[in-house]
Amino acid sequence: MSSIGTGYDQSSVTYSPDGRTFQVEYAGKAVDNSGTAVGLAVKDGLVFGIEKVIVSKLWEADSNRRLATVDKHIGMAVAGLVADGRQLVNRARKEASGYRSFYSQPIPSKILCDRVSGFMQVYTLYSHVRPFGVSAIFGAYDRDGPRLWMVEPSGVSFGYYGVAVGKGRQAAKTEIEKLKLSELTVEEAIKEVARIIYATHDEIKEKEFELELSYISDASNREHRLVEKDVLENAVNLAKAAMEEDSDDE
Amino acid sequence: TQSSWTLSGLENIASMVVDAISAPPAGLTQDFNQEVLTGTTIMAVAFDGGVIIGADSRTSSGSYVANRVTDKLTQINDTIFCCRSGSAADTQAIADYVKYYLSMHAVELGEQPEVRTAASIFQQLCYNNRDNLMAGIICAGWDKVNGGSVYTIPLGGMCVKQPFSIGGSGSTYVYGFCDANYKEKMSREECERFVKHAIALAIARDGSSGGVIRMAIIDKSGVERKVTLGNEVPRFYEGN
Repeated sequence: MSSIGTGYDQSSVTYSPDGRTFQVEYAGKAVDNSGTAVGLAVKDGLVFGIEKVIVSKLWEADSNRRLATVDKHIGMAVAGLVADGRQLVNRARKEASGYRSFYSQPIPSKILCDRVSGFMQVYTLYSHVRPFGVSAIFGAYDRDGPRLWMVEPSGVSFGYYGVAVGKGRQAAKTEIEKLKLSELTVEEAIKEVARIIYATHDEIKEKEFELELSYISDASNREHRLVEKDVLENAVNLAKAAMEEDSDDE
Repeated sequence: TQSSWTLSGLENIASMVVDAISAPPAGLTQDFNQEVLTGTTIMAVAFDGGVIIGADSRTSSGSYVANRVTDKLTQINDTIFCCRSGSAADTQAIADYVKYYLSMHAVELGEQPEVRTAASIFQQLCYNNRDNLMAGIICAGWDKVNGGSVYTIPLGGMCVKQPFSIGGSGSTYVYGFCDANYKEKMSREECERFVKHAIALAIARDGSSGGVIRMAIIDKSGVERKVTLGNEVPRFYEGN
């Protein structure tokens, strides 16, 4: 899948003979090598989950959070270069705030998606800046229902029912496709996301990780909330138990 | 306003004196240099399923009636209108901007915007440019989320949602009538009567309001415009 772009990959502003912009593709590799991020749009809301790889035991828990709230009603999960992700979240917050200021309405997730996509795309046009090394998964429980979006480093975006990026994305996608998303509730989805992230975490190759979980549902008044501590612990326990079951089945 | 002790303050006084000396006696000439105003009566009432808006049709330039059949009910989109009072130029310019911004927004949104959004754009323009504008606007219409809504945006640029609103110079004469006769949950016909009578009474007492009564009834199917010509305007006590 990977090809060498020798000669055509030095800067963002160079096309290869077969029409590829390698710098943008390499930015995508930064995303592919980061901890998994998962987003699900289910019957009564959305759930976001992140496998936050812990590089050092000296880190405080909760540092380098990769889940963020944009305005009150939008949740954003970033995969890739965390610092780039933070800048993206800041930009998204400015867009949401400006929109609310002018139109007296919370920004619909579709419009925020267009804004974030446009913003990321700009950084693929010039040689003196580099593309964002981030894929951002975000969504809101809009008036018409839950909507989930993902923007890639190229600025391309799609709407999703379920999405996974990062190291464990292949395995995670397989798991997600097994789920009947339109019938799941947020409560159930929280447990599923926890299970998927634990299941796709490579015990041997990878270090310790911390699970970040958040949700948007009617219970939270359609606002983005981090999953409460006790619910999180319960989901983690269930996930660990599921893994042991799997390893027992031979 | 500057202190009369500064240099420019003294210049102001000097120019005032010059004007006073060179001006002809008042009443002998028409003041064509006065800004064209919609000294006006405007009104909007929300009912279940829509709004009714109404206005008089007089545009005055001093004591000269520049237009006796003005349309002060300006369309912003299919189901949102605004009633304009104050400077005709200012309100027309503002309405044009709002129309433009709202149409761009509707494309981005993918559906018809709410009345609240239009009112918010009016507010942004009127507040941020408050020092240079004289515009009293009532933004009213129908949207599928809230039904009929009325928002009033008076001179300083505040914006407040009301069940009904009156504005313009003529409105001062009908506050009592409106307070006494407004009821919640009026029917469409009752609202029509309410608007027509209030504007008729204002026209009777306010020299800057007159002409015909223009009304527009806005609901989910669109707009129905009505005109009540001079001889059909309701009449009240006029002496013996």
